[in-house]
Amino acid sequence: MKSKNLSILTNGIIKENPVLRLVLGTCPTLAVTTAAINGIGMGVAATIVLVCSNLVISLLRNFIPDKVRIPAFITIIAGFVSVVQMLVKAFTPAIDESLGIFLPLIVVNCIILARAEMFASKNPVLPSILDGLGMGIGFTATLTLMGAIRELLGAGTLFGLTITAEFIDPMIIFLLPPGGFFVFGILVAVSNALAKKQGKPVVEHLGCANCPSRAACKNAVTDGAPQECEKVGGSDE
Amino acid sequence: MNSTTSIVAILLAGILTNNMVLSKFLGICPFLGVSKKVNTALSMSIAVTLVMVIATAVTWPIYTYLLYPNFTYLQTVVFILVIAAIVQLIEVFLKKFIKPIYNALGIYLPLITTNCAVLGITMLNITDGLNFGLSLVNALSAGLGFMLAMILFAGVRSKLETADIPEFLKGLPITLIAAALVALSFLGFAGIGG
Repeated sequence: MKSKNLSILTNGIIKENPVLRLVLGTCPTLAVTTAAINGIGMGVAATIVLVCSNLVISLLRNFIPDKVRIPAFITIIAGFVSVVQMLVKAFTPAIDESLGIFLPLIVVNCIILARAEMFASKNPVLPSILDGLGMGIGFTATLTLMGAIRELLGAGTLFGLTITAEFIDPMIIFLLPPGGFFVFGILVAVSNALAKKQGKPVVEHLGCANCPSRAACKNAVTDGAPQECEKVGGSDE
Repeated sequence: MNSTTSIVAILLAGILTNNMVLSKFLGICPFLGVSKKVNTALSMSIAVTLVMVIATAVTWPIYTYLLYPNFTYLQTVVFILVIAAIVQLIEVFLKKFIKPIYNALGIYLPLITTNCAVLGITMLNITDGLNFGLSLVNALSAGLGFMLAMILFAGVRSKLETADIPEFLKGLPITLIAAALVALSFLGFAGIGG
């Protein structure tokens, strides 16, 4: 039992890393990672929301009617996001400033809704909390790594400390939007290469299998539309 | 401020300099997911634009007359619920009354509820302190900017299909790098309209 709980916790950190393996939550990943500290701030905020919403949704899983579960999940998540938003504003205004609109946008972060739908609504409380914690740590670690890479290359600093800025001219492009896409692409390529070495499937599309909108999307595939779901639906016109 | 100039400035900013996807990183999921073919990219972006404008038309008065100044902390909860309701209503309305449009766009609508571009633009309108008219223009321009980015990117991706890509970049990595290059080209617009 203990080892099962441990594997649920570590699952989100490496094997099913939400950013690199499931490819969820791409918007905040690209937007806030201009500095390592932003990555930590965003990651911790999302982790708190993730653990709390997983906890509550898991407790309520037998009471929420199936048909309205998505709106119910969104309401629960939005409640916790508001709480975290107020806490961040009150205690770390600098982080609030740099995360800006992406702090309230945690509400539509696919990772949280996906974990509610895929895990918390089907599992007891303790595993759900551990799943939320694991996914949150995986998200935080990836965002911090990406923030560190972009900060080091783009500004020559790391967590605000000058590292290479004095002898290498910083490449500002890494702090700009193209640099975000580029670094993310390279990170996914590296994670794919590592996965391949271990004989695991590489990520070719967005995380459709874990997409909270998959139910709607599957219908879409039979009508011959969004192709990103072809892996799930199987048909390609 | 001269209102015509500000309308033009907002349109230019939303479409080119402050493009929703390529410089604000909102709506990356559909940008990467539904951009494999030009016609699906077009339908998705029309649906997003439509929802953005209608959502702004509803959330702006709610914020200004109901939530402000005592209940602003409810913004996140109220906005996401209003957007979810609007998307459902649009879907039901189109299904019942305008069948051809429903057939073309209906399948994309459920995907839009959790699209951060829609929630993002309604919140940005409030943060930027725009009035009702300019908020609608801003939503429209963000939608058009989204459309432009989607269609351009769909064009780039259709070229990628036949390109000779290094093995380790195949799939998502090359898509992201292509997006980086498209974003780079949009950097060239920086400075237009001040």
